Amino acid sequence: MSSNRVIHALYDDDDVLLSAVKTIRSEKHHIEEVYTPFPVHGLDKALGLEDTRIAIMAFIYGCIGLCVAIAMMNFIMIEDWPQNIGGKPSFSYLENMPAFVPIMFEMTVFFAAHLMVITFYMRSKLWPFKKAENPNPLTTDDKFLVEIELHDNEKELTNLLKKSGAIDVSIIEKQE
Amino acid sequence: MENPMMYTFPNKLRNLSITFMIIGFLGLTYGFLSAPATIEESKAMVAASHDEGHGNDHSESSSETHASEEAQHDEVATHDSAHDAEHDEHVFHQLANKPWAAFYVAAFFFFMISLGVLAFYAIQRAAQAGWSPVLYRVMEGITSYLLPGGIIVIVLLVLSSMHLNHLFIWMDSEVVAHDKLIAGKTGYLNTPFFLARAVFFLTGWSLYRFFSRKFSLAQDEANDISNHKKNFRISAGFLVFYIVTESIMAWDWIMSIDPHWFSTLFGWYVFASMFVSGITAIALITIYLKSKGYLEFVNDSHIHDLGKFMFGISIFWTYLWFSQFMLIWYSNIPEEVTYFITRIEDYNLPFFGMVVMNFIFPLLILMNSDYKRVNYFIVMAGIVILLGHYMDVFNMIMPSAVGDQWFIGAAEIGGFLFFLGLFIFIVFKELTKAPLLAKGDPYMGESERFHY
Repeated sequence: MSSNRVIHALYDDDDVLLSAVKTIRSEKHHIEEVYTPFPVHGLDKALGLEDTRIAIMAFIYGCIGLCVAIAMMNFIMIEDWPQNIGGKPSFSYLENMPAFVPIMFEMTVFFAAHLMVITFYMRSKLWPFKKAENPNPLTTDDKFLVEIELHDNEKELTNLLKKSGAIDVSIIEKQE
Repeated sequence: MENPMMYTFPNKLRNLSITFMIIGFLGLTYGFLSAPATIEESKAMVAASHDEGHGNDHSESSSETHASEEAQHDEVATHDSAHDAEHDEHVFHQLANKPWAAFYVAAFFFFMISLGVLAFYAIQRAAQAGWSPVLYRVMEGITSYLLPGGIIVIVLLVLSSMHLNHLFIWMDSEVVAHDKLIAGKTGYLNTPFFLARAVFFLTGWSLYRFFSRKFSLAQDEANDISNHKKNFRISAGFLVFYIVTESIMAWDWIMSIDPHWFSTLFGWYVFASMFVSGITAIALITIYLKSKGYLEFVNDSHIHDLGKFMFGISIFWTYLWFSQFMLIWYSNIPEEVTYFITRIEDYNLPFFGMVVMNFIFPLLILMNSDYKRVNYFIVMAGIVILLGHYMDVFNMIMPSAVGDQWFIGAAEIGGFLFFLGLFIFIVFKELTKAPLLAKGDPYMGESERFHY
């Protein structure tokens, strides 16, 4: 039973927010979303969010970058146009490998970093020129906002949120 | 265990360390006794280890002495046998050096662990680190090995300067007389200045260690933080002194074994090795003490941070190892590249094996964040890292000291065990002398609450 009414609680301190999130969750209310002006240390654990899997992806992306670098340097320097640099003719990838290590390293980092950022944007449904989703512009300044879905429990929730240290509690009708 | 803050050195561990020392001593003694005392013995050994054919070549010139070799040197007809005799003498020096070099590698390796920990400790102090004060007493315990370990190394340097071995060929005036390159360096590479530097460095490091420990203990009972502030100041000063003297120490004690060769990042390279070994030693001893019920204020976030340092500095070491290698490999200047040719041709397995142990293994094992919080992984990675950096010191010293005559024998294992036993004995004895928590440190609360 999903409703389109949500309650917004505004906090002005990250420590208060953290303890409020813990209280709300211990009262078995489902927190839809929390909007913060900066990453709050420990908030993901307090919200019970799953661990990110981006580290595994970073490792895989790095391995892809390493393979691309090896294949690329093998094609450029060994197969396509072998050159004699510093008295080291490029006839064998393995013998010239030390010269390619910096490239292998850089490509590993390049792939891991860029693909990780792209992955993060895709998972967060972010892209250039996207319209901001945060319901209250104060959360881009210095306030923290907790959004909870309402199920005919306005009074109880309002009291709970006020008690947890919210500076403002408001009920919003969602448009869609 | 009456007081979990005070450590008692268990008899079992004490006996283990003494056993290591005795076995190690026996191994070293065997190594020294079995080293050849004369050129004849050396040749017999080489002949025995090769097949007959090779040995026979050498036996033809067996009666040659050093003097007659000099006399015959110019005569074309006897040139071959003179060359053989020269070679025999060279091999004899290498074999005679072997137990000395094995002793030196182990002595320097354990000394460098305590020096690396001292640098790490000073960085924590100078940076006013909030996470690490719970580990200060462990670090102070490890740095207690600095003075005895350093004295042993310096005694060995003095013995070398008395020509009891040929580790440092530039100490031999005969060699210098025939070697323009070394002769040009005698302004710096001469025995009195060399020994004076060594004593000066060890004195400086030990003074910092002494005062830092003193202020740390005094802070436990103090009402203000003046001791802490003093420690901060001398730590910052020490780090400046350390990074210069450590670099010079690396040129003196290790690079000068190859007096023709030079590398401008060698000081950094040795630093990386001692730093990662030191951090690993802190992690291993901390985990050991925790497993015995001490250090209950150390949580897995502290271990995690030590694991991050082990991971990061292992990569830093590899970066320096490779930087040194690649530039020399690419430029291919005979004077420089011979260093790596010797190592790749005669020391292939230890040289590349150490890269696997010091880089690939810790890279893969310690990359995962969760693994760094699991003691089992830290211990496993730590043991491999420590052995890998022993191999690193081995690869730095042995090729120039014994050439291709190396093997891991009684002297090498004995030397390692002897100094391991001594290290454990001194470090754990020091740990009993003060409470395991530096409770007066102003950052102690932050450190105890530290979590990730």
